[in-house]
Amino acid sequence: MIIRSADSGFQHPLPSEITPQGAYLGRREWLQRLALGAGGAALAGWASRDALAQAASARPNRLAALPGGRSGVAGAQTMEKLTSYLDASTYNNFYEFGTDKSDPAAHAQAMKTRPWTVAVEGLVNKPRTLGIEDLLKLAPMEERIYRLRCVEGWSMVIPWVGFSLAELIRQVEPQGSAKYVEFVTQADTAAMRDLRSRVLLWPYVEGLRMDEAMHPLTLLAFGMYGEVLPNQNGAPVRLVVPWKYGFKSGKSLVKIRFVDKEPRTAWNIAAPQEYGFYSNVNPDVPHPRWSQATERRIGEEGGLLAKRRKTERFNGYEAQVGQLYAGMDLKKFY
Amino acid sequence: MRWLGHPAAKPLAFGVYLLPLAYLFWAVWFDRLGANPAEALIRSLGDWALRALVLVLAITPLRVAAGWPQLARFRRMAGLFVFFYASLHWLAYAWFDMGLVWADIVADVPRRPFILVGTLAWLLLLALALTSFQHAIRRLGAARWRALHRAVYAVAVLAVLHFFWMRAGKNDQTEVLVYAAVLGALLLWRLRRFAASARTAAGGGR
Repeated sequence: MIIRSADSGFQHPLPSEITPQGAYLGRREWLQRLALGAGGAALAGWASRDALAQAASARPNRLAALPGGRSGVAGAQTMEKLTSYLDASTYNNFYEFGTDKSDPAAHAQAMKTRPWTVAVEGLVNKPRTLGIEDLLKLAPMEERIYRLRCVEGWSMVIPWVGFSLAELIRQVEPQGSAKYVEFVTQADTAAMRDLRSRVLLWPYVEGLRMDEAMHPLTLLAFGMYGEVLPNQNGAPVRLVVPWKYGFKSGKSLVKIRFVDKEPRTAWNIAAPQEYGFYSNVNPDVPHPRWSQATERRIGEEGGLLAKRRKTERFNGYEAQVGQLYAGMDLKKFY
Repeated sequence: MRWLGHPAAKPLAFGVYLLPLAYLFWAVWFDRLGANPAEALIRSLGDWALRALVLVLAITPLRVAAGWPQLARFRRMAGLFVFFYASLHWLAYAWFDMGLVWADIVADVPRRPFILVGTLAWLLLLALALTSFQHAIRRLGAARWRALHRAVYAVAVLAVLHFFWMRAGKNDQTEVLVYAAVLGALLLWRLRRFAASARTAAGGGR
């Protein structure tokens, strides 16, 4: 039995349970037409309209299917409009393939994602190297609809498929001295054209505190939009930490290390005064060169003239993760 | 290069200068600017302002080095197009990024040094555009007018700094270096020419 508390947050219905807007509008129109006495003809129109609305939310049919069941994790659903698959898979930061947003989609196909192994090592009782096939079977797949807030000031809403990182962590039995988790990502010089550049120190390394890594919202993702991840989004396996700026969510993971000291992360090494270890989404802590108070939601109604949204503390996940940082000065530990 | 003096050359150049804007209108209308059209539009207008700046600063070196005196009559138009694209660039920022909320813009500009520097460059361009007409040259006097219009070199430095700071977050300065090298070469050419003419004046000979 799941006991809900104030910390569970608002329990959103599954997107599939929400009446499609087309059906909702169609029903009203149908009632109006009935009133006008044109019931028979309207019925056919309503049925086709509904079919259309369903098709719009179907998977993109680009890659292999990877369905996920409903997630019971608090905060794993949102009623916000999903970012289109096209936008989510063509507007990416994945510097190994180039620094332009369109570079990853253009060049990431060169990366081989099979065979693929992830080494789980460091301060654990049961270190192991898992093949991607074993990793996929480690726990049941769940669909999680998360907001993604980039440190650059834009955001998306993406239906990820995966399971909590905690499922994996429990299996390797971390030792008491393990305080942090370091995530090392792929650095394949043959496939990744920008590894030659000195934009960042390669391989790209990210890290979380142990309690952050164990939080149920921290997702080990294998898919999005009901399919396996496209390479540019971090295939075959990536991290998604929805309450932190996007760069904390490492892509194409090859190593997960349990360590006793705070890991030196790629952006922190490149510009320590700009990118802190925590990098929790926080509208009150501006980036030294821009405000973080607002964000541009990609694909927002209104296009060019759409207003920027107010950025929420912890990207709107404060109810779920706020207690991890109780008593911490978030301006100091940015 | 006789055709540079043809009566149709200037209207033709005018039309060519409007092509980037025409493309951007087309791209906005047909939704070809990608996932973040506001960002793409703002950046593209900035790129074109910078390219127009390179063009206008290339006129005198080309005129002298290649011996194309007819180029001189394109100078004012080329300069005004720098102002034109820089103005659209700034307006796009104020409109699509800040929603034309002046209080937000006033708070944002000093917070972001690269926007402050870009805005300063635009203000200088505004001063040059306002004094770009015959009447202004007569009122200021040729010497003062020329001194004022040397501010375009400051605009070049500020524009590169603006671009450099904007890209600092990306940690990728390749493109910035290309513009800096081209603008640097054009400024260096002027410095050498200035030094040479100073020597001539002092030595009364070679």
